[in-house]
Amino acid sequence: MADTATTDERVKEMSRLRLSLMRPELGGMVGTVAVFVFFLLFAYDSGMFAAQGIMNWSIVSAQFMIIAVGACLLMIAGEFDLSVGSMIGFAGMMIAVFGIVLDLPMWIAILITFVICVSLGALNGFIVIRTGLPSFIVTLAFLFILRGFTIYIPQTVENKTIIGGIRDAAEGDWLAPVFGGKIFTGFFQWLGDIGVVGVFERGSREGQPVVDGLPMLIVWALLLVAFGHILLTRTRFGNWVFAAGGDAEAARNSGVPVNRVKVLMFMFTAFCATVFATCQVMEFGSAGADRGLLKEFEAIIAVVIGGALLTGGYGSVIGAALGALIFGVVQQGLFFAGVESSLFRVFLGIILLGAVVLNTYIRRMITGER
Amino acid sequence: MNARSEHAPIVEMRNIEKHFGPVIALAGVSVDVYPGECHCLLGDNGAGKSTFIKTMSGVHKPTKGEILFEGKPMNFATPRDAMDAGIATVHQHLAMIPLMSVSRNFFMGNEPVKKIAGIPFFDRDLADRTTMEEMRKMGINLRGPDQAVGTLSGGERQTVAISRAVHFGAKVLILDEPTSALGVRQTSNVLATIDKVRKQGVAVVFITHNVRHALAVGDRFTVLNRGQTLGTAQRGQITPDELQDMMAGGQELAQLDDALGGTV
Ligand SMILES: Nc1ncnc2c1ncn2[C@@H]1O[C@H](COP(=O)(O)OP(=O)(O)O)[C@@H](O)[C@H]1O
Ligand SMILES: [Mg+2]
Repeated sequence: MADTATTDERVKEMSRLRLSLMRPELGGMVGTVAVFVFFLLFAYDSGMFAAQGIMNWSIVSAQFMIIAVGACLLMIAGEFDLSVGSMIGFAGMMIAVFGIVLDLPMWIAILITFVICVSLGALNGFIVIRTGLPSFIVTLAFLFILRGFTIYIPQTVENKTIIGGIRDAAEGDWLAPVFGGKIFTGFFQWLGDIGVVGVFERGSREGQPVVDGLPMLIVWALLLVAFGHILLTRTRFGNWVFAAGGDAEAARNSGVPVNRVKVLMFMFTAFCATVFATCQVMEFGSAGADRGLLKEFEAIIAVVIGGALLTGGYGSVIGAALGALIFGVVQQGLFFAGVESSLFRVFLGIILLGAVVLNTYIRRMITGER
Repeated sequence: MNARSEHAPIVEMRNIEKHFGPVIALAGVSVDVYPGECHCLLGDNGAGKSTFIKTMSGVHKPTKGEILFEGKPMNFATPRDAMDAGIATVHQHLAMIPLMSVSRNFFMGNEPVKKIAGIPFFDRDLADRTTMEEMRKMGINLRGPDQAVGTLSGGERQTVAISRAVHFGAKVLILDEPTSALGVRQTSNVLATIDKVRKQGVAVVFITHNVRHALAVGDRFTVLNRGQTLGTAQRGQITPDELQDMMAGGQELAQLDDALGGTV
C-alpha cells in the first residue's frame, strides 16, 4: 500500500469516529458496555455477578447466540427464517419420538433429527429460490406447519404434549453429552477448592462447587460464533454470502453460485436451531410442544442489534453474538434486579427500534446515499 | 487499424434468436467480434441489446442460433462458463455491490485463496494489495481497499468493473451501456479506458444508444432494431446521421429530425 500521498481532494478525509462508526459491530459493542455498566451499578449485590449468576445469564445468552449465528448469516445472505422457533420445538419432539417412543439409541435419534431438520432447512431454501417468493412468506408457512406437527405427533402417539424420560434414555450414550454435558469439571472443582467459586455448605453436594462445569451449550455457542465469523470474513464462501445478499443478480453475473449459498444458509440456520433444541432437550430431559416459541424473532432482533441490515448484504457474526449477550444479560439482569419481567419486552421493542434507526443511518453513510 | 484482415473473429454469433414466452426479443441476429476492435452495438431502448449480449455471456441460452468462440461452437450454461472462457461482462445496472468494499467487489467470484493448515482461506491481503494497485493504474484514489463501492461515482464504478474484467484475463469485454448514466467527464474517462483496453488486444463490445459515444471509440457499428440487425458498418463508412436513422428504424426519424433541427 504505497503511494498514499496522492489523495483525491474530492474525497473528504473521514474522521476516525466516522470510520469506526462504519463497523457493523459498533452498536453491539456500545450496547454491551452500557448494559454491563448499568447492571454493575444497579444490580451488583443481587448475585448477578457471583458464579451462579454469571452462569445463569451466560447460559441464556448462549442460547440466543446459537440461533443468532444462523439467523445472522442467513440475513446477510439476504433471507429470513421465521420457522426457527417452530424448528426448535419440532427438533426436540423428533428426538423424543425416535429416542423414547420408538426406543432407538439416543445417538441415532439425535442424528436422524439433525438429518430431518437440516433437510427441512434445505426445503425452505429450495422453495424460496425456486418460486422467487420472499423467504418471509415461505418460512412463515413453515412456522405453522412445523408447530402443527410438533403438537399433533405427541398427541397422537402418546396422548400428551410433553414427552419425558429423555435424560434416563440418554444415560451412557456417547453423543448426548456432546449437547447436554459439562466440561472442565475438574477445573471448576479446583476453583471451588481455592474459594474462587462458592461451594455447597451442606446437603448431598456438600463441598462441590455451585457451578460445577462449563455446559456444552456454551461451548456450542462459542464454537458456532467462531465458525460463523471466520466463514464470513475469512473465506471465499463468506464473500459469496455478502454478495448474495448485497445484490443477488450482480453476484450471479460475477459467477457466484447464489442459489447454493442461500440454500446452504437455510440449512445452517436449521442446524443451529437443532443444536439449540438438542441442548435444551438434554437439559430438561423432556420435549415439549411449545418449546422455541418466538425464538425466530429473538434471533432476528439479536442480529439487528448486532448491526446487520434487514435488507441483507451487511452485518457481523460478532455483532450478532453481542446482540445475544445483551439480550441474555438484560433478560436475566431484570430478573435479578427484581424488575417486573414484562418490562423486558418494552426494553426489547425500544432497543430494536433504536438499532434499526442506527443501522439505516450507518448504511447511508457507507453507500453515500442520502 | 483494420484488425479484421489480420485475425480470425474471436466470437461469432450466428442467427441468434431469443424468445421469452410470447415475446421475441431477438429474431435472428448475427454479429462477429475481432480481437483488438471496439465493436459498438447500438439500438433504442428495448431493441434487444442487453438480451443479445446476455446470450454471449452465458446468462441466457439462445432459443436458436450458434455461438462460435475462437472458431469452436460454444454452449455456455452459466456466466461462469463464459467467464472461464474469457468473456467478461459489465452488466447495465448490476455490476457492483454498493455495500461491499472495492476489494471484495473486485474479487467477487474470483477470490484468491491461501491455504492455512489445509483449509482454503480468502487471501485478503493479496486481494487488498492487488485492488489498490489496479485502481491506481486506472487513476482512482481509494481511501483504502475496504472503502465501499457505494461511495464511488458512477464513472469510477464502471472503471472498477472494467479493470476487474481485464485483470482476470478477459479476451472479450462486454460493456452494457457503461456511459448511459454518466456526466461528460466521467463518460470521457470511461471512453478513454475502453480505448486503453482495446489497444491491449482485448475485443470490446460496447453497447450504447448514444451515437456520439459510439463514434468516439468504435471501429465497427452494428445497429439493433426490434430484435433484428440492420447490418454492420465500418468506421468511416457511415455518418452519425445515418446511424441515428438506423437506430430508430428509418422513416419516422427523418420527420422527427426535421422538427428538432437534427439535434437528437
Ligand atoms: N427476462 C425477460 N423476460 C421477458 N422479456 C424480456 C426479458 N428480458 C428482456 N425482455 C424483453 O426483450 C426486449 C429487449 O430487451 P433488452 O434486451 O433489455 O433491450 P435493450 O437492452 O436494447 O434496451 C424487451 O421488449 C424486453 O421487455
Ligand atoms: Mg439494456
